[in-house]
Amino acid sequence: MSQNRRDFLKTLTAIGAGATALTSVTPNKTMAKAENALSENRKGVLVDTTVCVGCRKCEWACQGAHDLPQADYEEYQHDETFNLNRRPSTENLTVVNKYNDDGQRTVKLQCMHCDHPACVSACIVGAITKDENGAVVWDTDKCIGCRYCMVACPFQIPAFEYHKALDPKIVKCDFCIERTKEGKLPACVDICPVEALTYGTREELIDEARRRIKNNPDKYYDHLFGEHEVGGTSWLYLADKDLSASVFPKLGNNPAPGVSESIQHGIFAYFIPPISVYALLGGIMWLTKDKENKKEHK
Amino acid sequence: MSHIHIPTPIGKKFFTPGVILLSLIAINGLVFLAGRFLFGIGSVTNLDNQYPWGIWIGLDVAAGVALAAGGFTTAALGHIMHRDKYETIIRPALLTAMLGYTFVAISVSVDIGRWYYIWHPLVMWNGNSALFEVGICVMMYLTVLYIEFLPIVTERFIGKVNLPGFLARYNKIVDLLLRKLDRGLNKTMFIFIIAGVVLSCLHQSSLGTLMILAGPKMHPLWQTPILPLLFLLSAFAVGFPMVIMESLTSSKSFGLKPETEVLSSLSKFVGPLLGVYLIGKLGDMVIRETFVYLTEFNAISILFGIEVIIGVIVPLRMFLSAEVRKSPTGLYIASMLVIFGVLMNRFNNFITAYNPPYALESYIPSFGEVSVTIGFVALEILAYRLLVKIFPVISLPSGKTGIKTKYAIRGVNK
Repeated sequence: MSQNRRDFLKTLTAIGAGATALTSVTPNKTMAKAENALSENRKGVLVDTTVCVGCRKCEWACQGAHDLPQADYEEYQHDETFNLNRRPSTENLTVVNKYNDDGQRTVKLQCMHCDHPACVSACIVGAITKDENGAVVWDTDKCIGCRYCMVACPFQIPAFEYHKALDPKIVKCDFCIERTKEGKLPACVDICPVEALTYGTREELIDEARRRIKNNPDKYYDHLFGEHEVGGTSWLYLADKDLSASVFPKLGNNPAPGVSESIQHGIFAYFIPPISVYALLGGIMWLTKDKENKKEHK
Repeated sequence: MSHIHIPTPIGKKFFTPGVILLSLIAINGLVFLAGRFLFGIGSVTNLDNQYPWGIWIGLDVAAGVALAAGGFTTAALGHIMHRDKYETIIRPALLTAMLGYTFVAISVSVDIGRWYYIWHPLVMWNGNSALFEVGICVMMYLTVLYIEFLPIVTERFIGKVNLPGFLARYNKIVDLLLRKLDRGLNKTMFIFIIAGVVLSCLHQSSLGTLMILAGPKMHPLWQTPILPLLFLLSAFAVGFPMVIMESLTSSKSFGLKPETEVLSSLSKFVGPLLGVYLIGKLGDMVIRETFVYLTEFNAISILFGIEVIIGVIVPLRMFLSAEVRKSPTGLYIASMLVIFGVLMNRFNNFITAYNPPYALESYIPSFGEVSVTIGFVALEILAYRLLVKIFPVISLPSGKTGIKTKYAIRGVNK
């Protein structure tokens, strides 16, 4: 070997020092929680499914507000559409489905705008962020189209434009962020003729939901879906029945990204594990080289 | 050994019936690939909003990375632990890893919707994302692999630079630059060798972290917080079998004598490595009590059974037998089973186990997806065959005796 041992050690130390210097700069970036600090005034929507009449005007208004192909409103009144078990898609950011198990109810579905969104944690380039007003929004300039957000989402909401060769988009409800910035209501809340949707700060909505349950204990199932599920969502649902494991998947109360983020940060805790492995391997390399050299000299 | 093995470019002809067949498979894949770039991912694949990831991620990327583990495992054994007798297998393993990771990178670019933004993770960081970690590590490791391969290129051309036409006047300068490069690499190679092993350990395990985020969408038989550890252990276990399989295949294909002696002693490591992986896998199952799902007889439990019994337990027993380890046929079969087991494991983790909440029907890969996947495998084999003809990768017995040539050993050895 053309290099002597002192050089070897010197380089190894230099690498260690460099990596440590790097560490002192990066931890703030890897601890994304600070970036995602939840605003106390973040907004939400309370969906009272016992009030919803299934007129699907919210679907129609949503398409209009997002420049999506919008048919005449009459087209939205076919009853059979209710039984198709539709999902939010690239053409429809929100859908209203009818569920017939044990009584009838119509439920509007869209992105839940989680407080600890799995999609935000997943996104390889940080293209999805939780806005201060509660909205989980997607940035077209960053997205590479890897679809990991779709794998991560516990509600299976994000849709992808599979049939576009160039600039396919991840499509989902954006909580009408453009409208709310101008002080307007989200399009669906605005148009709802029976006030099944209530817009407000998340805290107010939780109080309102509790009040409704208390005043009408016979009408409501005593659970506010979204208050605790996957760490809490901005959209909250009241119903006459448990929506978990029927309309929504059965989910725990821990934030969806919790486990994977702690593992990820465990492996990279201040870069200590990778640097230790590097040092360990360097040590083994150095020691075994020594042995080989001695063998040769004998 | 009575004679010395020296890496030499293979002088056999390129085209054989097998090569022509592989070319046809590759062309078929490229046709479907063109469809994907002209009409979008949906025109070629069966992916939808319920199943965003298919075999292009589960097999081409996840299994591709695992099966390229021969590169870092042999580097650790040969260069870091200085087991000199394994020198002859390091270069073929390095070339396979280099090609393997190149095709992983290509597969990722094919699968992502906006392939022209593949560089985004370099400047747009999300430290919370396991995928970001995998992406950055794979890019860095791919660079390291190319650097590790460079000495083979300099060795091929030093003293043999022969540029065509008027460029011939630069022959001397190019030769000089190559020699400089070679000297620089010789001094610093150990940095890259260690970095390669560290980077591999990191992204092999982070690939396992990927699916943890899918949470309850993933079947409990596979969904476990120790997925990163299981991915790493299985990558350790599949590295040497992959090297053994490739060595035996290329010996057969080029009509060389199989390097049974080296491969047999290499295979001694496989049993313990597979054993540790099996303990992790079964221990996890016992602790989380997921064996209850095996009492149901369905596609899920059958696929899990195939993965563990045929892919781990049977080859484990084979590698523990000295008789199997001594016979090329036994080694070949046992190695193929380990490779199959890890391939199944990645497929199961990314596809079988993934069960989205509102799917109306299961994902089954389309003909186009399968065509692209096997087309890439065919291209990889063709590239390997071409490169071992150009560069000194495979070691052949040499008439020469005495001290090894300058270029016989690279980097830290000597």
